[in-house]
Amino acid sequence: MMKLEAIIQPSRFESVKDALREVGIEGMTVTEVRGHGRQKGHTEVYRGREYTVDLLPKIKLEMVLPDKLVNTVVDTILKTAKTGKIGDGKIFISRVEEAIRIRNEERGESAL
Amino acid sequence: MKRAVLCCWFAIGVLMLALPLSAQQAPAASSPASANAASHAEVSTEVSDKLAQLDQRVTAAQAAGDNAWMLTSAALVLMMTGPGLALFYGGLVRRKNTLAIMMQSFAMMGLISLLWALVGYSLAFGGDGPIIGNFSHAFLRGVGMDPNVDYAGTIPHLTFMIYQMMFAVITPALITGATAERMKFSGTVLFMTLWFFVVYAPLAHMVWGKGGFLNAAGGRFPCLDFAGGTVVHISSGVSALVCALYMGKRIGFPRQPMPPHSLVLSFIGACLLWVGWFGFNAGSALAANGLAASAFVATHLGAAAAAIGWSVAEWFKNGKASALGAISGAVAGLVAITPAAGFVRPMPAMVIGLAAGVLSYFMVTRVKAVFGYDDALDAFGVHGAGGTIGALLTGVFAQQIVNPIFGPGHPVGGRDGHWAQVGNQLVGVLVAWGFALIGTIVILKITDLVTGFRANEEQETQGLDISQHGEEAYYLES
Repeated sequence: MMKLEAIIQPSRFESVKDALREVGIEGMTVTEVRGHGRQKGHTEVYRGREYTVDLLPKIKLEMVLPDKLVNTVVDTILKTAKTGKIGDGKIFISRVEEAIRIRNEERGESAL
Repeated sequence: MKRAVLCCWFAIGVLMLALPLSAQQAPAASSPASANAASHAEVSTEVSDKLAQLDQRVTAAQAAGDNAWMLTSAALVLMMTGPGLALFYGGLVRRKNTLAIMMQSFAMMGLISLLWALVGYSLAFGGDGPIIGNFSHAFLRGVGMDPNVDYAGTIPHLTFMIYQMMFAVITPALITGATAERMKFSGTVLFMTLWFFVVYAPLAHMVWGKGGFLNAAGGRFPCLDFAGGTVVHISSGVSALVCALYMGKRIGFPRQPMPPHSLVLSFIGACLLWVGWFGFNAGSALAANGLAASAFVATHLGAAAAAIGWSVAEWFKNGKASALGAISGAVAGLVAITPAAGFVRPMPAMVIGLAAGVLSYFMVTRVKAVFGYDDALDAFGVHGAGGTIGALLTGVFAQQIVNPIFGPGHPVGGRDGHWAQVGNQLVGVLVAWGFALIGTIVILKITDLVTGFRANEEQETQGLDISQHGEEAYYLES
């Protein structure tokens, strides 16, 4: 089992979600987050006072997947989340020890 | 009113026609001379009775029209404080201080209203002293349904009193823009109470009260202030600056960003202020007449021109015209046109608005940065600066064709060739500045000794909503 975290542009979220559903992904956890990588923020001016906003709104997707699905999902996200501009986000993949379904205490990949 | 007068003339005309008819009919009915004379006398008393009745009805019709407009205006001016100003300021502060700043405006609606009825009205509009009124109308003694002919001969004295009350309510509320996000509630209540007695009531009497030495009608220095450029805006704006300097900056200013938490609230507030201002300025005609219409038009054009003035200045400077800039400009224009509204024609109103929009933009963006004071919501930059330029330009643009306040045939302002009026305006401006400056310093000292003025560091960091009022504006988890 692998955990996949993808931080993407909020504007790409709907397309990514639809594309993931098409390749058979049934569950995901979504969080609205703020952050920045190499992307610089923007400047806002209120009555002449300038504020640099460097933490920008992003969407974080989290999914735990059976190993065989990981490549498909990564390809799908790469294809749909990319705008080609700085600030498109990142994907992090890590190994997961165990998964347990709370309702019936199922374990392993069948709990996903 | 015009209609009432027309009706009256029509009725008189009909009577005139009827007179000879009845005179011809009379001899036909009875020939003796004595009977003829008696019926003549009867007819003439009948006519004069009818005329007297008509006269009464015309007066009553005018009174009804004027009273309807003035009560509406009073309500409009109240709407400027709440929700207008409360929303305008409420949106400009950080989320944790939203209720506190709104409450400071709302508290004035309660506090000043009562003080006004108890003694404030009498101190401003009682008696005929040069500086301050007296206690003749304390507890609203003698303020009833009959007009007060010294001020407004066609509306009930009560209407005049409540209309002026709304001005007294909004003026101290304007100051809270400078002290926002760090002023204690107890300090606010004490400061505003003292300020109302020491600064507002005397200044209102000097400029508008009978015998006041700045009163346009018969004062030593006749200062034109149609709806409160000196009394309301210079007084509150200058006091706001003094308060900001005395209190010091908010914790973290200017290092830490403090952007407005909701420009949507501010936007709604500013639009309500604009609408309410028609009551403020056009209502200051104290009647539903042509002067009210003239002031209404001047007010609207002044606000529109100032919104454009600020936006264009900002567009040049930042490359963008912001919503906050446009609404701030409109408010600055409304401030500047306030003293002028009932004295200037529409085109000069635009000039005044445009000048105020650009000037306030530079006050708020440049001057404040140079001097480094923390006038949090720009009460001085908008009201102090806008009020001052408005008062001076009133002297330039006032025309007798709009308002022959110095009597028929007497020139009023610079446009009429009476440039000395600009000097009178300057006296008014200086007196208002000086009075607000000294009064506020004294009151600040007293307030500081009694209740304290500024919230402590912990309260300020926590936010005034929780620390002063025990509640939150946005309880998003509920």
